[in-house]
Amino acid sequence: MSISEKDVLRVAHLARIRVSSDELEDYQEGLSGILSLVEQMHDCDTDGVEPMAHPQDIQLRLREDQVTEPDQRDAMQKSAPQVDEGLYLVPRVIE
Amino acid sequence: MEFECVIGLEVHAQLMTQSKIFSGSSTAYGASANTQACAVDVGLPGVLPVMNRQAALMAATFGLAVGATVNPVSIFARKNYFYPDLPKGYQISQYEIPVVSGGSLEITTDAGSKTIRITRAHLEEDAGKSLHEDFDGMTGIDLNRAGTPLLEIVSEPDLRSPAEAVAYLKKLHTLVRTLKICDGNMQEGSFRCDANVSIRPRGETTLGTRTELKNINSFRFVERALYHEIDRQISVVETGGAIVQETRLYDPDADLTRPMRGKEEAHDYRYFPDPDLPPLVIDEADLALVRSQLPELPDARQARFVAQHELSEDDAAQLTGQSEIADYFESAVEHAQGESRLTANWINGELMSWLNKNDIGISDSPVTPAMLGQLICRIQDKTVSGKIAKQVFAALWEGENDGDVDALIQSRGLTQITDTDAIAQAVNDVIAGFPDQAEQVRAGEEKVIGFLVGQVMKATSGKANPQAVNELLKKQLLD
Amino acid sequence: MLHEHTLTALRDMLRRREISSTELTQHCLDRIAKHSDLNAFVTLDESGAMAAAAVADKQLASGEADLLTGVPIAHKDIFCTRGVLTTCGSKMLENFVSPYDATVVERFHQAGSVTIGKTNMDEFAMGSSNETSFFGSVKNPWDPDRVPGGSSGGSAAAVAACLVAGATGTDTGGSIRQPAAFCGLTGLKPSYGRVSRYGMIAFASSLDQGGPITRNAEDAALMLQCMAGFDPRDSTSINAPAPDMATLLGAQVRGLKLGLPKEFFDTSVDAEVLEKVRESLAVLERLGATLVDVSLPNSPAGIPCYYVIAPAEASSNLSRFDGVRFGHRSEHAEELVDLYENSRAEGFGEEVKRRILIGTYALSAGYYDAYYLKAQKIRRVIAQDFETAFEQCDVIVGPTSPTTAFPLGAKTQNPVAMYLNDIFTNTVNLAGLPGLSVPCGFDTAGLPVGLQLIGKFMDEASLLSTAHQLQQETDWHQRMPAEY
Repeated sequence: MSISEKDVLRVAHLARIRVSSDELEDYQEGLSGILSLVEQMHDCDTDGVEPMAHPQDIQLRLREDQVTEPDQRDAMQKSAPQVDEGLYLVPRVIE
Repeated sequence: MEFECVIGLEVHAQLMTQSKIFSGSSTAYGASANTQACAVDVGLPGVLPVMNRQAALMAATFGLAVGATVNPVSIFARKNYFYPDLPKGYQISQYEIPVVSGGSLEITTDAGSKTIRITRAHLEEDAGKSLHEDFDGMTGIDLNRAGTPLLEIVSEPDLRSPAEAVAYLKKLHTLVRTLKICDGNMQEGSFRCDANVSIRPRGETTLGTRTELKNINSFRFVERALYHEIDRQISVVETGGAIVQETRLYDPDADLTRPMRGKEEAHDYRYFPDPDLPPLVIDEADLALVRSQLPELPDARQARFVAQHELSEDDAAQLTGQSEIADYFESAVEHAQGESRLTANWINGELMSWLNKNDIGISDSPVTPAMLGQLICRIQDKTVSGKIAKQVFAALWEGENDGDVDALIQSRGLTQITDTDAIAQAVNDVIAGFPDQAEQVRAGEEKVIGFLVGQVMKATSGKANPQAVNELLKKQLLD
Repeated sequence: MLHEHTLTALRDMLRRREISSTELTQHCLDRIAKHSDLNAFVTLDESGAMAAAAVADKQLASGEADLLTGVPIAHKDIFCTRGVLTTCGSKMLENFVSPYDATVVERFHQAGSVTIGKTNMDEFAMGSSNETSFFGSVKNPWDPDRVPGGSSGGSAAAVAACLVAGATGTDTGGSIRQPAAFCGLTGLKPSYGRVSRYGMIAFASSLDQGGPITRNAEDAALMLQCMAGFDPRDSTSINAPAPDMATLLGAQVRGLKLGLPKEFFDTSVDAEVLEKVRESLAVLERLGATLVDVSLPNSPAGIPCYYVIAPAEASSNLSRFDGVRFGHRSEHAEELVDLYENSRAEGFGEEVKRRILIGTYALSAGYYDAYYLKAQKIRRVIAQDFETAFEQCDVIVGPTSPTTAFPLGAKTQNPVAMYLNDIFTNTVNLAGLPGLSVPCGFDTAGLPVGLQLIGKFMDEASLLSTAHQLQQETDWHQRMPAEY
């Protein structure tokens, strides 16, 4: 199974990872190799099998509705690349 | 060609929990930027979500109230997309199995009553806010709202006019407020609406290509945005064009809809079950608890008001349109010694007009249910006339006499003149003072009697009982 | 020599006040500096460690010793540590200082241990050789031209070279057990949910589990006692108390049925590895265990299944590294899309990007059913295989890895060849079971071989007890690399 250049670029954009034109072939080769490995899944018969999302059969534990977290803005923003007036800054977003 | 529109609504109702859906941060509105965003809300490396029980119970409450199935097991999934106000790069939502499936709401418009089916309601986390004010040409991100619990309520495309859409939205708004699961504050974004709109030739059964309208966050905007969008779609089709499936924004200032620029590309959300959250289980015991705490629902209350308080359907519908108004009414009736119809008239009339004029909600009314009830009693026992009562009401609104109705009537000397001698004196004075008009009445022009009543009322500063004045005038002039 | 003692022995020596924590901590720091060529550590916290050692010495003096008071340990750099860099082996987090401690880190603090530093690892735990680290590869103390295994390679190298007596690791598809095997150590991946994942930077959330890497089973039990237990901050944490050391080591090998899956003893495994595994099983047989043949028929599907589920979850888990709130931000970020695409292209290494792309592909529209859903179904089939096998045995045994440590660079150009290292380990993560690697001999090149023990859900005790009793009869775990 091989993956097309177009698919590599589609997936790279979905994942927001820049793939330059000179990297494209390497990715295409690498991903195709992995897909060939992954394709071996189809030898395994799973008719009528329920998908398994969690390794344990447990139900969600719920917490009481209480405010337990005080303001920690300074601590949270210590490693932030760019903040101003307590806001995280990003290049202008156009709606 | 005649077209009909097909509308489905997606309502995001913020649940009124104290803390966020997956963290212990406060959900209070209006705090300084990012002061209510803990490690979980910021999506720091390594953090994990822990679900708020109250949010689950509130979703179940909604499900029971609309006659839906509250699914015993529902699944949280990740909706993956990049946006600066979405900290983790995915939103925790529900996809394949939501907490609530089915249900419906009855709406009434000028076209009559109709059942609007609800497809589903699912739990999810709200995103933060992008502030586009100028930060040296950058956008600022505030994550205080990130992680606020949302119930997304999706209707079937059963709505056929903007009026129906508004009726449905108002009904839902009343319901979530009655259930005390959402404060319904549209300005603060607690109750938000997106609409899916398409048109088709009347009689056609397949659905046309739809557009999604965002940012329609007041009842007025909903109606206008929908009208504009339907008009736009019709003119596109009539000029031989095709509707493009897209997301459009309603711009209330320009009063038009336009395509969103930022989110043009096709979405591929790559939903999958969130491995951090095992299935949400709502069992019979939870449901029994929720059921036992379910308040009287608006429809039931309306029916009860008609039956118990002998109100008209219209009056009852108006009163139960907001649970706070219905509560006000029931409290006022008690103070009015059960005089329900007059109380209803006063609330739907005078009180509403004062509230609207001052742009405040009924919970903030300076005239309390006790004051209004007391005033109704004074009308009933003829201490004041209906007209004078309006003066009393205005004074109560201004806070005179600390809201003591009787003291206010006393101090202003507004007590109705019931003393027949005093009224007779005034009547005789008016007959003497307006001989021409008196003669006209005697000659059979009975309509002129109204003029004379008015003069007597004026002479008594409105305190005379108009009915008594009328009777006395007739006796004097016609007998 | 002081550093040659086990974790348990050092703990007891501290309690008896034969040594001080300050002395021991300084000794570890000196050795780490001396053997910096191993590249086992990303960050050292010398001042923090010495301060903690001083506090520990006061407690020891006043007789208030807790479980691990004064014992130096190291954390894999995937665990968040307040005030100390947490890089996850990535340029993306080169400068990230966590404002909070992971639950595991907190528990070791509470138990009185001294955190000496953060160990090197494959970037975001994606690798089986520790060669994907942004901070360079780690060398295997048994042969510096070979890999220590991965992704917890720094922890394994540090313990094998006696730089520290115990270190934490994490295991998503074998990342504790395989480096333990390659470095001649005991490494335990607990049952899923046994150890809190809070503060452990997620790779594949439904597979990740933290655990100890130590020199023997006794130490692993001691560390597990400290790490394990219910954590309300992790919704997948199992509500069971941490088992104590005595319980973990007290189970009997006599009468224990050891299942040998025929799929784990086939010709793809290095002959010397198989030979050493069989020899150690013979020892266990002498101790009263019985060997039974079992089958895990769907295990060949394990690798393909794992390489869908793990990257799929990772693609989502790693979306938060976007250059907005923390982590690397590209200088080339005029537009929002550049901020995202360049920050992530620059901040992540090749293997991480490859896995994010594969995972994104497997979840994307039109491929979900064929890849992700199919993998989830295989996951159940694999879990059911284990259940069936456990009807006939108490513990499943086999090699941890098909080979011993391979040379640095041998597999870096071939991701698929690298992935096949996990062939015996990753099905255990898919099923959520506990797995342990214990030293069982050396090949002719003098490299350690690991025996893997796989237990029933929550039955770490059988694994640790079996390993412990094996270690009473053998001395593989006591051998040390000559250079260190």
